Amino acid sequence: MGKALRYLAVGLGAVVMLFPFAWAVITSITPSDAVLAVPPDFTPDGASLDAYGKLLETLPFWRIVANSAWIGAASTGLQLVTSAMAAYAFARLPFPGRGALFAVYLATLMMPLPVLVVPLFIEMRMFNLVDTYFALLAPTIASAFGVFLLRQAIRQVPREFDEAAVLDGAGHFRIFLYVVLPLIKPALATFAIFGFMASWNSYLWPLIIIKSPEFMTLPLGLATLHGQFTTEWDVVMAGSVVSVVPILILYVFAQKHVIASVAQSGLK
Amino acid sequence: MTLTAAPPEARATHGRRAPRRRWRYAATVAVFLLPSLVPLTLYTLAPMVASLWTSLHEWDLITEMRWVGLGNYAELIGDPGTRSAFGHTLYFIAGYLPLVYLGGLGLALLLNRAMAGRSLLRGIYFLPVITSWVVVALMWKWLLNPASGIVNWALGLVGVSGPGWWTDPGWAMPSIILASAWKDLGFVMIILLAGLQAIPKEYQEAAMVDGATALRRFRHITLPLLSPSSFFVVVISLINGFQVFDQVKIMTGGGPGGATQVVVSQIYDLTFRYGRAGAASALSWLLFALVLLVTIIQIRGQKRWVTYG
Repeated sequence: MGKALRYLAVGLGAVVMLFPFAWAVITSITPSDAVLAVPPDFTPDGASLDAYGKLLETLPFWRIVANSAWIGAASTGLQLVTSAMAAYAFARLPFPGRGALFAVYLATLMMPLPVLVVPLFIEMRMFNLVDTYFALLAPTIASAFGVFLLRQAIRQVPREFDEAAVLDGAGHFRIFLYVVLPLIKPALATFAIFGFMASWNSYLWPLIIIKSPEFMTLPLGLATLHGQFTTEWDVVMAGSVVSVVPILILYVFAQKHVIASVAQSGLK
Repeated sequence: MTLTAAPPEARATHGRRAPRRRWRYAATVAVFLLPSLVPLTLYTLAPMVASLWTSLHEWDLITEMRWVGLGNYAELIGDPGTRSAFGHTLYFIAGYLPLVYLGGLGLALLLNRAMAGRSLLRGIYFLPVITSWVVVALMWKWLLNPASGIVNWALGLVGVSGPGWWTDPGWAMPSIILASAWKDLGFVMIILLAGLQAIPKEYQEAAMVDGATALRRFRHITLPLLSPSSFFVVVISLINGFQVFDQVKIMTGGGPGGATQVVVSQIYDLTFRYGRAGAASALSWLLFALVLLVTIIQIRGQKRWVTYG
């Protein structure tokens, strides 16, 4: 295939990928009375930030953005700690029944979320936790995926390093903190990225467990907004733009690492 | 012998005479394990067991549970609503999987050669993957708006009268498929591109020396050596495809007229609209069984088409 044709194909593809984002931005700054115009009014009388104003009036929007941010960070942090510790136990601390317990962890990985959400909802209701931050966070404290991923990484750390530390009088906690953790940084970063993305984008669980706007995260807030403003696309698109920007900034910085980790996951 | 024998102190660790040391070791294991095991038990294992138990009951989430044994399963298997939900899910997969695989493969092949701006292009194609489903579904719902959407306007320019997309029972599922393929294209591309780049260049060169055409090289070298990556993509896409929900909920809510009611939408509605938590749990286990079966069949069947170089 000719070089020019190849560039044309990938260029067109890139336009198809970017256009929906661009159109969302354009729609969000179009004056409300011009949004539904047919044919589209490409030259409205100036841009308008009204949609963003309306967004802030309708929902406690900044609070929802803040919720998504801190819940994403907390869920990622908790998962990193609990998974790294369990991974260390599965990789370095022999105990009876370890293989069987690890198999249980792997089995939960195959559980589809829909199987879990109904009983989880009932469990939360039983403890009066519906519509709380805790309920949002609880199912993400532990991650079987993280344990699996980090165990693989820890197993690749040469045992000589542990043994050298033992000779220096270090116990397991010090080996874990000062020998193993620094050596599995790339795996920790990969897992942190996946964990944050999963939390930031999660919709089904918040939809089921959260009712009040002040506990909502972005996807749920946006969906609610869409339910209220079914035809006011400028407001809905403004909300979408605001919710994409933070993850986009993160992505620009971590892009190489994100893509490399995803690419790795397919090479076995 | 003297070199390998453990010093007395270390030997005592495993001996029966040092219960204190054993306790300390057990405590260490517990400290490392429990922070993950306790939440996993509470929020994953217990709900799994509870779900299985609930599936054997009739329960409206308010009054007492009533034991029905396998009644829910029997009822669901004969129920037209269940069948159409599985049918719609399979329709989704049948449209989504070929589209996302062939599109991703095409892009990966195009980007597999050195070209200016390649990493920027990769970044752009991957952008929808990191975007939340809710945002993607909303953007596409707006693009595909039958009356004021830009897509139908563009179609009108070339003389095509655009369909009703997500408002038309016949076009609603294709709309969802289109948005889903757009979102996941970059993911598939990245996986396949990594697979392509792992193929040793010598193979292609040797075939070229032998005079093999580009098409034959693609069929007999690239595709077989790419098969492990293809296998991974197919397995992951199928597992996700069976659980399709977010985009359906936002774009059509299962409508119009139930035309896009997929299995997970059905589970959601059974629980929260019809107050049938038992039937919903049973349906979720039927879904799990199907996903498991399909995955096992694929793993068993991979010998036929997957080549590990």
